[in-house]
Amino acid sequence: MQEILQLLQDNARMSIDDIAAMTKKSVDQVKQIIQKLEDDGIIVKYAAIVNPDKVLATRDRVRAVIEIQVTPEREHGFDAIAERIYRFPEVKSLNLMSGGYDLQVIIEGDSLQDVAFFVARKLSTINGVKSTKTHFVLKTYKENDVIYVDEKRDRREGVTA
Amino acid sequence: MNTRKDKFSQKIVDTPPSGIRKFFELIIGRDDIISLGVGEPDFSTPWVMREEAFYHLEKGHTSYTSNWGLQELRDGIADYLTKYHLSYDPKKEILITIGVSEAVDAVLRAILNPGDEIIICEPCYVSYQPLAALCETNLIHFDTSKSGFYPTAEELEKVITPKTKAIMLCSPSNPTGRMIPAAELEKIAELVKKHEIWVLSDEVYSELVYDDRKHCSIGSFPGMKPYTIVLNGFSKAFAMTGWRIGYLCCPDDLMQQVYKLHQYSTICAPIMSQYAAAEGLRSGKEEVEKMRVSYQQRRNLMYKAFTEMGLPVAEPDGAFYIFPDIRSTGLTSEDFATKLINEYKVAVVPGTVFGAGGEGFIRCCYATDINKLKIALERIGQMVDSLKM
Repeated sequence: MQEILQLLQDNARMSIDDIAAMTKKSVDQVKQIIQKLEDDGIIVKYAAIVNPDKVLATRDRVRAVIEIQVTPEREHGFDAIAERIYRFPEVKSLNLMSGGYDLQVIIEGDSLQDVAFFVARKLSTINGVKSTKTHFVLKTYKENDVIYVDEKRDRREGVTA
Repeated sequence: MNTRKDKFSQKIVDTPPSGIRKFFELIIGRDDIISLGVGEPDFSTPWVMREEAFYHLEKGHTSYTSNWGLQELRDGIADYLTKYHLSYDPKKEILITIGVSEAVDAVLRAILNPGDEIIICEPCYVSYQPLAALCETNLIHFDTSKSGFYPTAEELEKVITPKTKAIMLCSPSNPTGRMIPAAELEKIAELVKKHEIWVLSDEVYSELVYDDRKHCSIGSFPGMKPYTIVLNGFSKAFAMTGWRIGYLCCPDDLMQQVYKLHQYSTICAPIMSQYAAAEGLRSGKEEVEKMRVSYQQRRNLMYKAFTEMGLPVAEPDGAFYIFPDIRSTGLTSEDFATKLINEYKVAVVPGTVFGAGGEGFIRCCYATDINKLKIALERIGQMVDSLKM
């Protein structure tokens, strides 16, 4: 199961036939395992990883990492306030952190103003948010285990080996 | 122009060039050909090891090392080898060499006298025979193709004579990927002790074994250390082919002889490569395991595909080669490989290059991108089908 998950994490479009051949399992066995991975919510979705710098429509978009300090609520801790934040479609990811701040938000917008506006109007006004610190992303080198700037070329030469 | 007739060493003139090399010359500059020819990982060296080399270069650690190699590397190797139940003194029984290739050359020259016989289990890697031949020994080409591509003690004993000085083994094997089962290895060990011969055990693929198989070194059987030369290195499992780091482990008395050759011919292996290798032993385990799993998956794919094509093939236990039997196509290995390159644009190596028992087989290295492997398999399948009709 772990092996199939690993293969799909690396290439979600790998065919069931190939997975079966590579793991010495029958096609039906592989189908069952994938079904279970999906049913159990282990595989959440199959999506393409896109290099945003290469997509015309999105290459000028801005990304920002925002550090937020909050006052946790007596009954819900950080969860309720987190939910209020991650419901915004602008929010691409949200993590609860140890250290100098509480929530780390990654958001995307069409322009600097857009992002600044969102932080000022939406995030910082949420009840319990004490402070925000916005850092704009200048360049992404690696994300989701993929290095965007890598050259992929087989450099091996003919050799006696 | 020097017209002197004997201007070259006759021994070298008589040494044939590697058959692998010859095949590669056919594909130079041909981007349309998928090569299953190179016996080399398709991974770069894990980053931790590359980064370790940077660190030492930055610090200006660019000198020779001791002829033996860095002590920290030899200590690491001694420790690592205990997992194969091998015990070597890192001060005087382990020597760092320029790849396993240098180790093979040095040790053959250190043990062989003219007229000695060496049994070479074939098909095998292409350097064993010519290097042994340079020592003016008689090569006994021991064909393992009838017994699943590994030697059996029973058959080996038939070719042992009073002149037999050494046996050359490689398990897991290049070019077949087959392993010598531990029980058979134990019997071979008995034979070696009985006849008091050296066994050269090339274990460079020891880390790359599949399913639940475990690598077994012939040197690990009781009483075998005085007869065993263990050859291993970092090229394959650690994806370090270009760094050229191998090592040789043998008893002290033989090491004193090998050591002389090593110090005169190479002085020492490159220092930054040695630092990188030492780091690999410390923290490369996880990366090595990832690569191993990836090769195993590709082996499964290859084995299934060849079986479905109707080509009989012994399932590889390790390494990253598969050695299918193409005799049903009616072609020789060489003709098959040539036709495959010219008409179907896939490069493989004819089995004959690897010595006795190789005719009728081809070596395919599957350390290549999975999508390319699938295209290559499809093309091989088309050719096999066309020959059957």
